Amino acid sequence: MATTSTDLRMAHASRGRAMQFRFDDGVVTAYEGETVAAALLAGGVRRLGANPEDGSPRGLFCAMGVCQECIVLVDGVLVEACRTIVREGLVVRSAA
Amino acid sequence: MTHDLVILGAGPAGASAAITAAELGLRAVVLDEQQNAGGQVWRAPSGVETPGDDGARLRDRLRVSGVTRAFGRRVWLAERGFTVSALGPDGAEDYRAPALIVAAGAHERHVPVPGWTLPGMIGLAAATILLKSQHILPGRRVVVAGVGPLLLLVAAEILRGGGEVAAVIDANRRRDWFATPLALLSRPDLAGRGAGWVTRLLRAGVPILSRHALRRIEGTDGVTRVFAGPIDADGTQIAGPERAFDCDALCMGYGLQSSTEVTRLLGARHAYQARGWAPVTTAEQLTSVRGLYACGDGAGVQGVAAAPLRGQIAAIAAARDMGRLSASEAENRLVVLQARLGRAARFGEAMARLATPPPNLVPSIPAETIVCRCERLSRADLDAAITQGAVTVNDLKSATRCGMGPCGGRMCEYAAAGLIGARTGRTPEQIGQSTARPPLRPVALQALAGSFDYDSLPMIEPAPL
Repeated sequence: MATTSTDLRMAHASRGRAMQFRFDDGVVTAYEGETVAAALLAGGVRRLGANPEDGSPRGLFCAMGVCQECIVLVDGVLVEACRTIVREGLVVRSAA
Repeated sequence: MTHDLVILGAGPAGASAAITAAELGLRAVVLDEQQNAGGQVWRAPSGVETPGDDGARLRDRLRVSGVTRAFGRRVWLAERGFTVSALGPDGAEDYRAPALIVAAGAHERHVPVPGWTLPGMIGLAAATILLKSQHILPGRRVVVAGVGPLLLLVAAEILRGGGEVAAVIDANRRRDWFATPLALLSRPDLAGRGAGWVTRLLRAGVPILSRHALRRIEGTDGVTRVFAGPIDADGTQIAGPERAFDCDALCMGYGLQSSTEVTRLLGARHAYQARGWAPVTTAEQLTSVRGLYACGDGAGVQGVAAAPLRGQIAAIAAARDMGRLSASEAENRLVVLQARLGRAARFGEAMARLATPPPNLVPSIPAETIVCRCERLSRADLDAAITQGAVTVNDLKSATRCGMGPCGGRMCEYAAAGLIGARTGRTPEQIGQSTARPPLRPVALQALAGSFDYDSLPMIEPAPL
């Protein structure tokens, strides 16, 4: 899992409290108020799942809850990673 | 929950409508999917608010307005009358009111390119959300492609955030930017900002490829390289060197289109107006359905300066039409707002015109390219159905499932309609829009069943044997 050295967060921006959540087998650092999708991308995770038709890799696309490509499992429920705000200890799994 | 007025969407239009409704003494509720007001354009930042920022001011005014704010609500059904069904943090809810203002906003128009389903390829609008609200770069080394003012904004923001822009690939020529004098004169501040972005990009040595479009995107688990080639003014591919750019992210978009699923579901009349489908409204934002108003970019893309004015106009008209504001008082307020709207709308429409894909881009999509991302349908799949007689987007949907996946056709309908047009010569009006069906967005049946009671089911007497 990526560390802060490869982080895509802009240096000058103010951030909330740091926290950690799980994505599949890794631990991801995030900051209060970030979406799961943004925190994963910032940590270098581009692939969030796969298309159910053919298994092709998919990731964040519209970032506004429309395209449904960033669907992940949180507590066993399918949610859009781009609309889910991170919480300490959240357990996120890729849907496919 | 019964109110005087339900407002869908708390972007600049919806939130302004809500504030005005409250001032006029209406009991209003405003629903939004997000956790706060601002819409996509004035989205609340993940960290600390910048005081005095347009979005922060709007959120403050809405907070003290007395309007019921229902955030984190996913609206999945709207019925005439009006009843709006939503799924919120506490489960399923119904909101009822005699008037409904829809401020649903817009979503991005896409032109499919081979490889555009790869992770790392995001929309230009998505990039602005990442950059402005989350303060996160789309990648280390990013290609920005498509058409319209967002190209420059996104590229300049990536540089400002410490990222690298590998190239800007623009279907327009750079001088097209300055070919809208009337509009630019009406907002010289914004024109100046656009020039500033260009200067910053050129100073950083970013290649800006005008009259170019992406030919293909390469990568296995994510974008690693893109290829661009020259096009003519109509978007037809022309001979000339292809250029390759290594990158770990690509931001691509071709302008915005109104989100019309709610107004379509409610049976309002829609028309294809210049650059896309939108509900037909009066100057006072009233649709063809009594009590139903549409405002903001969801009622034809006119941009962020026009949106708050359109929202206020809709709220005043709604208050008057339900007898809560005298006709003369409404008229006094509307005259002032309409005058201001004229200028804002002209600017917004000029910007939208700059963000219009040239007509031959969609007809140039290669046969094997995925068009419907959800259902994995290629252009060849759609062309086969069109050849067999699918001449409307509804035909294409029935024949192939194009647009029937989780996105509800929002990502592919523009391209699918364009492919029908290219093969049949039919007009956008003839090709039509797809019929809106509930659920408007994917919702878990389990969550909806929360408001469901077996005893309320009408049981039919078993037929006598």
